[in-house]
Amino acid sequence: MTGQVLLDTLRIHPFTEGFTQEQLERLAGLAGQVRFQKNAIIFHEGDESSFFYLLLSGSVVLEVTAPGRSLRIQTLGKGEELGWSSLLAPTPGKQFQARALEPVEALVFDGARLRRACDEECSFGYAMMRSLLKVVASRLQATRIQLLDVYSPVKSPAGA
Amino acid sequence: MEAIELEQDQTSQVDTFQPVPAVVSQVRKDTPDTFTLTLEPEGAEPLPSFLPGQFSMLYVFGVGELPISISGDPQEKGKLLYTVRSVGKTTHALVSRKVGDSVGVRGPFGKPWPLKAARGKDVLVVAGGIGLAPLRPVIYYILRHRADYGRLVILYGARSPRDLLYQKQLDSWSRLPDVQVLTTVDYGGLSWHGHVGVVTTLFRYVRLQPLHSVAMVCGPEIMMRYVAWELEARGLPQGDLYVSMERNMKCGVGFCGHCQFGPYFICKDGPIFTYREMRPWLGKYEL
Repeated sequence: MTGQVLLDTLRIHPFTEGFTQEQLERLAGLAGQVRFQKNAIIFHEGDESSFFYLLLSGSVVLEVTAPGRSLRIQTLGKGEELGWSSLLAPTPGKQFQARALEPVEALVFDGARLRRACDEECSFGYAMMRSLLKVVASRLQATRIQLLDVYSPVKSPAGA
Repeated sequence: MEAIELEQDQTSQVDTFQPVPAVVSQVRKDTPDTFTLTLEPEGAEPLPSFLPGQFSMLYVFGVGELPISISGDPQEKGKLLYTVRSVGKTTHALVSRKVGDSVGVRGPFGKPWPLKAARGKDVLVVAGGIGLAPLRPVIYYILRHRADYGRLVILYGARSPRDLLYQKQLDSWSRLPDVQVLTTVDYGGLSWHGHVGVVTTLFRYVRLQPLHSVAMVCGPEIMMRYVAWELEARGLPQGDLYVSMERNMKCGVGFCGHCQFGPYFICKDGPIFTYREMRPWLGKYEL
C-alpha cells in the first residue's frame, strides 16, 4: 500500500473521524498491513499481543472457551477496531480469542509505539483517546444491551 | 391474485365480539418454543383479510383468548398464519393445537404498518426475536410491490442461532436484488458463522438515507428503544420511525381499557405508532 493509499484508507476508516491531516500522517507512519486467512487465530486468550488493528475487510469473531462450553460473543467487521486494550498500559494478556471468520485485511499498529506517540504529541494522543473512548463506549453499550437478555421469555401479568 | 387495499379498514368487515371458528390446518415448529399455526375457515364463512401489522384475538376454547399478530402473506386469501411463542398457559395451549382442532378468531384489529407512507422510500425493517413475525407481512407486501419501494433492509436479532425465525426465508430474501438482510445473535456457539452482537451493532453495515427512509421496528420494548436511539442518532426523523407496541389487549377495540398506554389504547390506536407518539411514554415504569 503506497503512502497516499494508506492515508486515504485511514481517512475513510470510522476510527479516524475528526483527525487532522497531520494526525493522519502520524498514524500512517506507525501503520503496517496484515492479512489473515479464514479461520486463522489472530490472538489466543492469554496472549500478550500488543497489536491494535483497524479492520478493512472480512470479519473477526471473539470467542471464549471453557470446559464444555464455547461461545462466540462478538463479531467485528470492516470499519471496526480489534485489540483496543493495546492502546492502554500493558495488560496481563488477551481475555478472548480472536478468529478470522473469513479472510481479513487490516492495518496493524504496535501498541507500545502508539502509546509513545500519544505521549510525545498531546493533540495526537487526545485524538486517539477520543476515538478510543467512542469504541469503548459503544462496546460497553452493546454489552449492557446483551446483559439485558431482551429476548428472554416474559410472561404477561395474565400468565398468557 | 386480488390486491389488498392499504387504506381499507379491515376491522369493519367483521363482528368485533363474535369469534369466527377456524380450523388448524398446519402447525410448523420454527424454534424450540415458537410455532406457526395456519388457520383456515371451519365452515362456509371465510376468514377476513388483513393488513400487515394487524392482529387477531385467538380464542383457545376453554383456556383463554390472546392477541396474536398475523404473520402470513396478506395477499394469500383463505388462511391466516400466526407465529406464537409458548411462554404461558394460553400460548402453550395454542401451540399445542393439532391439525383439525378448532380455534376462535376475532379481528383483524389495529392500525397497520405505514406501507402507504413508505412508498417511494427505502424501508428499514428491524426485528428482534419473535418481533419478526408481525413484520413478515410487510416483507411479503414489499416484495410483491417491489417497484413501489426503494431498498429493503432487514435487520434481525435473536438470542441465539436456534432462536432465529424463518431462517430459510431470510436466506432466500438475502439473495434478491435491492434487499439487504443482516442477522445477528446475542450469543453464538462455535458452529455459528454469522454475526454475533446485539441488533444495534448491525447499523454500521447499513447505508441509511435518513431523509428518504422509513423504519419499522418490532421486538422487545427495550430493544426498540435502543434501536430508536441509534436511528435518531443517524438522522432518521422520529415521525419516520414506527414501532409495534404490545400490552395486555383484551377486547381489541378500545372498550375495556386493559391496554391503555398513556393517552392511547394499544389495540385501537396501535399497535403501530410513530416513535414520536411513543417516545414520551416509553421507559416509564408505571406504564
